[in-house]
Amino acid sequence: MSGPEPPPGAAKLGMPKWGLSMTEGKLLDWLVEEGAELAVGDEVAEVETEKISGVVEAPAAGVLRRRVAEEEQVIPVGGLLGVIAGAEVSDEDIDRYVADFEASFVPGEEGAEGAGPQPETVEVAAGALRVLEQGEGDEVIVLLHGFGGDLGNWMFNTEALAGGRRVLAIDLPGHGGSTKDVGAGDLDALTDAVTQVLDARGVERAHLAGHSMGGLVAAELAVRAPDRVASLALIAPVGFGEEINAEYIDGFIAARTRRELKPVLALLFSDPGLITRQLVDDVLRYKRLDGVDDALGTLASSLFPRGRQARMIAPELGDAGMPVLVVWGAEDRVLPASGAERAPAGARVEVLEGRGHSPHMEAAGDVNRLLEEFVAGARV
Amino acid sequence: MARTITFQQAINEALASELERDNTVVVLGEDVVGGAGAPGDDDAWGGVLGVTKGLWGKAPGRVIDTPISESAFIGAAVGAASSGLRPVVELMFVDFMGVCFDQIYNQAAKFRYMFGGKAVTPVVVRTMWGAGIRAASQHSQALYPLFTHVPGLKVVVPSNPYDAKGLLIEAIRDDDPVIFFENKVLYAMEGDVPEESYAIPFGEANIVREGGDVTVVAIGRQVSLAQEAAERLAADGIECEIVDPRTTSPLDEGTIFESVETTGRLVVADEANPRCGLASDIAARVAEECFDSLQAAPKMVTAPHTPVPFSPALEDLYVPSAGRIEEAVREVAGGVKAAAT
Repeated sequence: MSGPEPPPGAAKLGMPKWGLSMTEGKLLDWLVEEGAELAVGDEVAEVETEKISGVVEAPAAGVLRRRVAEEEQVIPVGGLLGVIAGAEVSDEDIDRYVADFEASFVPGEEGAEGAGPQPETVEVAAGALRVLEQGEGDEVIVLLHGFGGDLGNWMFNTEALAGGRRVLAIDLPGHGGSTKDVGAGDLDALTDAVTQVLDARGVERAHLAGHSMGGLVAAELAVRAPDRVASLALIAPVGFGEEINAEYIDGFIAARTRRELKPVLALLFSDPGLITRQLVDDVLRYKRLDGVDDALGTLASSLFPRGRQARMIAPELGDAGMPVLVVWGAEDRVLPASGAERAPAGARVEVLEGRGHSPHMEAAGDVNRLLEEFVAGARV
Repeated sequence: MARTITFQQAINEALASELERDNTVVVLGEDVVGGAGAPGDDDAWGGVLGVTKGLWGKAPGRVIDTPISESAFIGAAVGAASSGLRPVVELMFVDFMGVCFDQIYNQAAKFRYMFGGKAVTPVVVRTMWGAGIRAASQHSQALYPLFTHVPGLKVVVPSNPYDAKGLLIEAIRDDDPVIFFENKVLYAMEGDVPEESYAIPFGEANIVREGGDVTVVAIGRQVSLAQEAAERLAADGIECEIVDPRTTSPLDEGTIFESVETTGRLVVADEANPRCGLASDIAARVAEECFDSLQAAPKMVTAPHTPVPFSPALEDLYVPSAGRIEEAVREVAGGVKAAAT
C-alpha cells in the first residue's frame, strides 16, 4: 500500500481500480458536499476511466470531512479523493493526514498496468480458456459474462467480492481471450466448458453468478449438477422468457465500425453516457479477431433462433434445490424485466429501478451488496 | 491475448499468420529471405531491416528472394495475383516506384475495370517511407498521395503496431491491389497487439483522442506527434480530437466531417509535400462539405515543397514536428487562447 494510514476513526476515500488496465481515473463530479453524513455504500463521487464511468461509494460511515480531489482532476489509482471521519477526529489530524499523503504517495504501485491479479489460460477439453482469479478462501464464486462480453465486464465486482473467498471470472468459449472455437456452439458446449474449468481449478462446489447468457449457463449447470452449485445468482438472465431484443444480438454481430457498434452497446445501459470511446474500441478489437463472427453467429442461432430465446430454464430451478437470486434492471432494453416474474418460488428477486441490462456495471455497489448478502446467506 | 510487441514484429506476425492460413500467399522481394545468396534457414537477413526474418523457415518455397529489378518482380507479383496467388511483394523503398509504376497504376489498378469485374488482382505491395533516418532524398519520401490519386488502388498508412497487423491481414485478404506504407521510424514503436489474427476494415478512421475544440487529422507517423501536441495543448485547455484515417484510399470522410462539424476547426498533419497531398485533399474536402461549420480556415502542417534534405539539421526541420502541429492548432483555435509554452 502506498500512502500513509489515515488517523484512527477516519477512512481514506481513494481512487478505485476498476479492471485490469485502469491506472488512473478522472473525478467527474462530487455527488455530496463536504460535511455530508455518509453511510457505507453511499454514492460519493462519479469517476470516469478510459473505459467507462462509475460511482465511488463511501467505504466507511462518517462525515465527508475533506474533498481533496477537484472535479475534472485526474487521479492515479490509490490516490486520495477525500477523507471520511467521525466528529471525534480533529481537523488537525485530518489535515496532517492529507499533507502526509500528498507528500508520500507514490502512484503506480497499486495502479500499474501489470499490478494486481492477471488473467491466466486454462487448457481444458473445450480449448484454451482465459480465467481471472482473485482472492483466497474455501468458498468460490464463479462469474459468467453475457453474449459478446468477457471477464472484464465484472471489473466493478471482482475485487469487491474477493474478500475472504476466491472469485473466478471466466471468458466463455468464443469470447474475450478464450478459444474462438465454440464446438457445437450450443448451451451444452458452454456449460461443459465451465464445468471443465471448475474441474481444472479443483473447485468441487461454487456459488455461480451469471449475467444474461452467462446466467443461462449458470442455471443450466445448476440443473445438471445441483450438488456442485452452492447458490445461483442470475443477473438479467437468458432463459426466463421467450422475448429478446434481436436488435441487440443481430446488431452486435453485424457491427463492423464504431458508428454501427455504439448504438448497439447503448442498449446495455440505462445511461448511454457511460460508454466511452475506449469501451467501443475494445469491443471492436474483440470482434475483429478471426473466428469471433462465426462463434457469435453459431451461439446466436442456437440460443436465440429467429429472434426468440430457445431455452426456458426458469421453471426447472425450483427443483434444483439451491438458493436463487434474480436481479434485473427495470429499464432493461435487451431482456424485458418482466422475466423476473418467472423466478422460482422462494427465490429472492430484486428489480432495480432506473437500471438497464447491466446493473452489475451501472449499479455495481448495489449489486455487490446483494451478491455479498446472498452468498453469505446461502452459506452453511 | 494481447502483449507488447513492435511495429516491425506486428508486420512479421501478420505475414506469418497469413502464410500459414492460406497457401496461396507468397512473399517476394529483394533479400526478403536471406539475401546475398544465404540459404534462408540460417544467416537470413529477412529484408533490409529484418522485417521478414524467420518467415522462410515457416513457409519454405513461398518466401522468395528476387533479383534487384523492381520492374521485373513487381510485374511478376501483379501477374501472379491475376492468376490465382496472393503475393505480398516488398518494394524496399517507395522511392523506387519510378521503375515499376506502370505495373502498379496502369496494370494492377486497371484489371478489375478493364475485364468487366471478372479479374481480381489481390496483390499487396509493402513499402518503406518517410524521412528521419539520414537516408537522403531518394530513400525518404512520403509518396502515398501519388498512389491515393489512382482509382483502383487501396492505400494503407498505419500509425501503430496494432493497426499495422490488422490492416496488413486485411490487405492480404482483400481482392484489390493494396499499397501498404510502413514508416521506417515507426518500426521500433511498441504497442499492445493480440496474438490472434484479426483484420481491420479499410475506410474506417480511428478516433485516437476525443476533444471538442480542434480536429486534427494526422497521417501515419504524424499521429503520435499529434498526440504529443494534444497533451501539451490540453494542459492549456485546448482539446484536440485526433482522427487517424488509417487508409487514405478509401478515405473515411464521414468520420472527419462529423468531427469538424463538432469542432468547427481543422488541422491536417501530413509528412508528404504540400501540393496535391493528403493535407490539401482533406482540407479541400472539408471546405467543400463542412463550410458552414468552419469557424477558422483549415490549416495544413506538411513538409516543405522540397526534396528531403541530406543535411541532418535540415532533415530535422523537414518533417512536421509536434511543435508545428501545436502551433497550427493554437492558430486555428483563435479564441481559445492559451498561455505561451
